[in-house]
Amino acid sequence: MQASPNQGISVNVAASAASGTRENIATMPMRMKISKLNFYYGSKQILFDISMGIADKRVTALIGPSGCGKSTLLRTLNRMHETVSSSRLEGEILLDQQNILAQDVTALRRRVGMVFQRPNPFPKSIFDNVAYGPKINGMKGSIAETVEKSLRHAALWEEVKDHLHKSAYELSGGQQQRLCIARALAVEPEVLLLDEPCSALDPISTAKIEELLVELKSLTTIAIVTHNMQQAARVSDFTAFLLTGQMIEFSPTPQLFTTPGDPRTEAYITGRFG
Amino acid sequence: MSARLRWRKFISNFMLTMTGVCAMASVAVLFFILGYLVFNGGASINWDFFTKLPKPVGENGGGMANAIVGSAKLLAAASLFGVPIGFFGGIYLAEFSGAKMAWVVRYAADLLNGVPSIVVGIFAYSIVVLPFKQLSTFPGAYALGLMMIPITLRSTEEFLNGVPRMLREGAMALGASKWKTIASVIVPAAYRGILTAILLALARVAGEAAPLLFTAFGNRYWSPGWNQPTASLPEMIFRYAGAPYEDWHRQAWAAGLVLLGFILIINILARTILARGIAMPRS
Amino acid sequence: MQSAGPIAGSRSFLSRLRDGDEIARLITFIFAASVVLITVLLVYELWTNSTLPRHKFGWHFFVTESWDPVMDEYGALPFVYGTLMTSAIALLIAIPLGIGASIFLAELAPPRISDTLQFFIDLLAAVPSVIYGLLGIFIIVPLMRTVIYPALNKPFGFLPIFKGPSYGVGFLTAGMVLAIMVIPYIISVSREVLLSVPRDQREAALALGSTRWESTWKVVVPFAKTGIMGSVFLALARALGETMAVTMVIGNTPKIAASLFAPGYSIAAVIANEFTEATGDLYLQSLIGLGLVLFLLTFILNGMARLLIVVTTQKGSGVAR
Repeated sequence: MQASPNQGISVNVAASAASGTRENIATMPMRMKISKLNFYYGSKQILFDISMGIADKRVTALIGPSGCGKSTLLRTLNRMHETVSSSRLEGEILLDQQNILAQDVTALRRRVGMVFQRPNPFPKSIFDNVAYGPKINGMKGSIAETVEKSLRHAALWEEVKDHLHKSAYELSGGQQQRLCIARALAVEPEVLLLDEPCSALDPISTAKIEELLVELKSLTTIAIVTHNMQQAARVSDFTAFLLTGQMIEFSPTPQLFTTPGDPRTEAYITGRFG
Repeated sequence: MSARLRWRKFISNFMLTMTGVCAMASVAVLFFILGYLVFNGGASINWDFFTKLPKPVGENGGGMANAIVGSAKLLAAASLFGVPIGFFGGIYLAEFSGAKMAWVVRYAADLLNGVPSIVVGIFAYSIVVLPFKQLSTFPGAYALGLMMIPITLRSTEEFLNGVPRMLREGAMALGASKWKTIASVIVPAAYRGILTAILLALARVAGEAAPLLFTAFGNRYWSPGWNQPTASLPEMIFRYAGAPYEDWHRQAWAAGLVLLGFILIINILARTILARGIAMPRS
Repeated sequence: MQSAGPIAGSRSFLSRLRDGDEIARLITFIFAASVVLITVLLVYELWTNSTLPRHKFGWHFFVTESWDPVMDEYGALPFVYGTLMTSAIALLIAIPLGIGASIFLAELAPPRISDTLQFFIDLLAAVPSVIYGLLGIFIIVPLMRTVIYPALNKPFGFLPIFKGPSYGVGFLTAGMVLAIMVIPYIISVSREVLLSVPRDQREAALALGSTRWESTWKVVVPFAKTGIMGSVFLALARALGETMAVTMVIGNTPKIAASLFAPGYSIAAVIANEFTEATGDLYLQSLIGLGLVLFLLTFILNGMARLLIVVTTQKGSGVAR
């Protein structure tokens, strides 16, 4: 990223501006809303007074240098931080205007799904991986149909439809990640969280998944953490920039990348650090 | 919350609690065993137990002095036989051996480790008792020594390999020959781990009775030297427990307490030292 | 010639000899080789000292039920049966308890508590067989006579496995004692294997709306399945070879019986009891032949166990390709 200080990332932003309209944060309906979130591991504070929203049926990207807390923030959205016993959270996180911290966590996690950094399919067949969620949640309808539907949404169906009973580990890395997306989609979540989903993948698989995300937003609200700014510019409608646990800027993507409001944002996107 | 979710959560809590019960029950067995031994054998641990010989069959009283001494002799001789083989063999594996030979030796050691102790007894019998036609301390110690070899070998290799390269290379750069490096630098760095492993091996064979049944066999009197059958604590417990005399049962409990106490103390000591981390120079 | 040191092989043989390195290598090699020698010798001795029954009975040795020192007729069947029966009972009890406990230690307990409890479990594995036998005789045998037998025989006595009288000793008693003895092996290996399962497996299951139990039972445990099976094989190998405790509570009767309450015999137990009283070569060699059978069984099981455990702990470190 050798752009000069006064240039934005012109090429990529033009592409995204063409595909979406310049939307306004103030008027966008927010599927999830985070208010004054402070997060600690033990006595160490990781996130400081974060407030933002995840826009309904849009893609929101969280960017920032390593260690800025973007993954930590993402994981609070489905309360995955609770798997670490020393974690502590203050503030409010709303899903459809209801505080997720006051709800049952198992029910919440069906509504807010997650795809992880490294593909992590279960040691089961392709079919059983996707069928896992619907089965344990007792979803109505034919499991086989749900599995097919989810695999189609994840752009994997054509590649695996004749091999559904093969082990998931026989797939390539990119295919496994799309399988994980299909698995997450099978429970019909309202929000899908993706934590650097392409960082372990090759460029072709990455491109496939980026295409997928843009299509999936009509199905489900998406929040994605990425260390790749270009990716954020390509796929997202809204972008939040974090630095050492603070929310520096949260704007529509085209705006953040062409006319960033904060000098730190500008420094980051022009590659002066990060 | 739907009824189905409520049910799933109930099952989750129930099953997870059950796993806790399993874990607690398993650990409780240890304390139960200890408690029971103390309760039943504690009173019988007296001066007589440690100093007197067994009384003639049917008479009350007496002690297990010969068994205690017998066990001590067996263990001492076993260590003398098994530890050097394991120790020097381990040095070979860690310092000199090529990959193929190392694999063969390790495989043999693991195999030996998995042999049931009674079969080790059969082997000792056929090697030592048959040719000399004599049940005695010697084949008993041989059998126990064999059982100490695998643990000693693997641990020596492991701890020697754990010594940082820098230490090794530092000594050799100063011109020390390989064996001098091993003797003066590497082994001293690893000795604590190796020693504790030997203690654990000792604790393991101290409780064995099976390999002694037809080697050392047993003896109601002292066993002078190494050519006579000898009593040992585990073997006495076996014989006394199965006998119809109440007094013998009482003594078996006492012996059990002494034996288990000895074994547990060594185990706790050795494992605590190992867990605390052997003081090795970390770069 | 390979060596672990960085500069070996570049000095001349004579200079190495002068420094004593060659001698050190030779001496340590002899010790290491003796381990191999001893193991080979062990198998050899077992084989050659059991030729008589092999020649006289051949394969019939394994299917003959009678064990008659008077008539000099020896068959391994009652002992193989007893060994397998008591081990099967032991596993039936120990597997659910052991896996349950290992799940608690690996998934639920905080690390310090898990380590402490594991410490105690390791101590349990160090308790010698005779002491388990002692407790077997004085606690479990009376328990069997007064509580367990009436509870099972009165209502279910028509079933072959619960038929007949009970003297307190027998297959079930031995199986119960064995179960306690092998649980620590199942627990410690399974716990390690479960701990090696990558955490994002569990997280992926939770992220789909699983309860904690569902994520453990339907994802983590299946992931560790092969290793857990390895722990079972290990436990089985231990149970098969267990001598003292079984000898003290099995009833020492070389008969095959369907009932759990019947007295029986195991390979290790008959060797322990009759070895020193074996008159005649055929008798003694038949016992040694039994020892060979036991050796082979444990050898195969231990080998399989090692394979399974290694495969699983390696799986945890490299799954997605």
